[in-house]
Amino acid sequence: MTALSPEEWQAVALSLRVALWATSVSLPIGIFVAYGLARWEFPGRQLINGLVHLPLILPPVVTGYLLLISFGPTTPVGQWLGQFGIVFAFRWTGAALAAGVMAFPLMVRAIRLSVEAVDPKLEEAAATLGASRLWVFLTITLPLILPGILAGAVLAFAKAMGEFGATITFVSNIPGQTQTLPSAIYAFLQIPGGETAALRLVVISIAVAMGALILSEVLSRRIAKRVAGK
Amino acid sequence: MSLDVSLRHDLGALHLDVDFTAPRGVTVLFGRSGAGKSTIVNAVAGLLRPRDGRIQLEDHLLLDTGSGVNLPPHRRGVGYVFQEGRLFPHLTVRQNLAYGRWFATQRKARADYDRIVEILGLGDLLTRRPGDLSGGEKQRVAIGRALLAEPQLLLADEPLAALDEARKGEILPYFEALRDEIAIPILYVTHSAAEVARLATTVIALQDGRVARQGPAIEVLGDPMVTPAGARAAGAVLEAVVSRHHIDGLTELDAGGVPLFLPRLTRAPGARLRVRIAAHEVMLATSRPQGISALNILPGTIEAMRAGTGPGMMVSLMTPAGPVLARVTRRSAASLGLTRGADCFAIVKSIAIAPEDVGGQITQPGPSQS
Repeated sequence: MTALSPEEWQAVALSLRVALWATSVSLPIGIFVAYGLARWEFPGRQLINGLVHLPLILPPVVTGYLLLISFGPTTPVGQWLGQFGIVFAFRWTGAALAAGVMAFPLMVRAIRLSVEAVDPKLEEAAATLGASRLWVFLTITLPLILPGILAGAVLAFAKAMGEFGATITFVSNIPGQTQTLPSAIYAFLQIPGGETAALRLVVISIAVAMGALILSEVLSRRIAKRVAGK
Repeated sequence: MSLDVSLRHDLGALHLDVDFTAPRGVTVLFGRSGAGKSTIVNAVAGLLRPRDGRIQLEDHLLLDTGSGVNLPPHRRGVGYVFQEGRLFPHLTVRQNLAYGRWFATQRKARADYDRIVEILGLGDLLTRRPGDLSGGEKQRVAIGRALLAEPQLLLADEPLAALDEARKGEILPYFEALRDEIAIPILYVTHSAAEVARLATTVIALQDGRVARQGPAIEVLGDPMVTPAGARAAGAVLEAVVSRHHIDGLTELDAGGVPLFLPRLTRAPGARLRVRIAAHEVMLATSRPQGISALNILPGTIEAMRAGTGPGMMVSLMTPAGPVLARVTRRSAASLGLTRGADCFAIVKSIAIAPEDVGGQITQPGPSQS
């Protein structure tokens, strides 16, 4: 296999940037939503749960289209965000938004499982020892769910790296701007003689996905160990 | 220091309606499962909000549904030892112990930490993780962790129930030591008669969500009208002093002038003890028996009698050693002609007094200190 061309490198680098941003921005929100869904009883809980999982079930094209009609430059939300210099349409930021939304359900599911594995009785015990709710979360819940958070983040990162349908619908396929790995593979396959370049990117995709899955597996196995106190 | 509790709450089939005061020393909430014991301690800790109630610890109001006061658990200054220990699995023993200390408003001197670590024998466990500890070790750490948070009150909800007999025997002396060495009140939940007999300064007998009787342990446990854990678990408690050890393996005690013979105890002469005499191990005779193998014969006067629904009858006898409960059949009571005020003799085999029914010295509830 020969080295990557600048165009291919651009796609890999952009994908990494998009996936990193998508994961790191959605992680705090994901922890909050996962904790809320696992621990709080409130009206509309099922609705929130449904909304979070929607991108997992909808065709990605539909999610991309919904993003376009919500965050497009001519929409009220798009214009309002534009006042602060935040533009999603046809930018890498839009690719990150699409990737983040598509990866969100996977992240929330992993974190929620680990929150549910934490015995609320431990949190009660911490409260009787003088810890406020915030301190209980920071010193007891958070350390115990850390493996779940890492697993969720890894899964989300891998999903964001590979996101295609919603991204291409929302922000198109502009080299250097919104052309991520899968979009680049798609583009190479459209031109004669592009198979070799596509194949190189396919190998990279497989390596990233496998690496992420194995990492996530190892991390989630640590949950059980940690909660058992070994 | 004392705790005043007044609670009304409904939880499934339980309708809780209690009022009591826990003075310094160990106050035991005693009753069958489902009597409302755990509900009470959870309400005191702030883990459960009762429908209606008022809880005050000395001059510190923890809960008053009338005026809308309800302090969250972390602001109540109440230590809690749970049945299952609830140690934090991701922290070492040392970190578990330090947890409550870190949130405590005024860090106590290092000497205090060392003393608690020493009383509970935690020195060798500090670097270990909860997953590597035995059940008894976990409970000792849990007790230390609760105490190091500098509570104004210690709650213990059946802290020995999850342990086997040997481990119980290992932990009970630590609670006895705490009762005699720390100034804060301890509210202790159990349905074990042996634990009540050994630990309680005050007993709150609970039946179906109500206080059946409250008062000093000796009085409540010697009352035939109150058998909160059932007639089988009834038994009075005597206070005695070790007189001497005999070479044939017996230890002689002096209980209010009456000699008591027990299988060899490890306490030195002069040590003050509590001895629980299970009611079903006591025989009654109307005259001092001759030619009998039992060594302990206590003369007394019948104070009260209560017939159960079955063939049994609970008789309390006032002896120079204190009240003794005897569980006999109604048939025997009738054929002996037992009545209130009659003189008779309680007979107890030495061998029938189990080692776990003998506890260490007890301090009487003194004037409250603030």
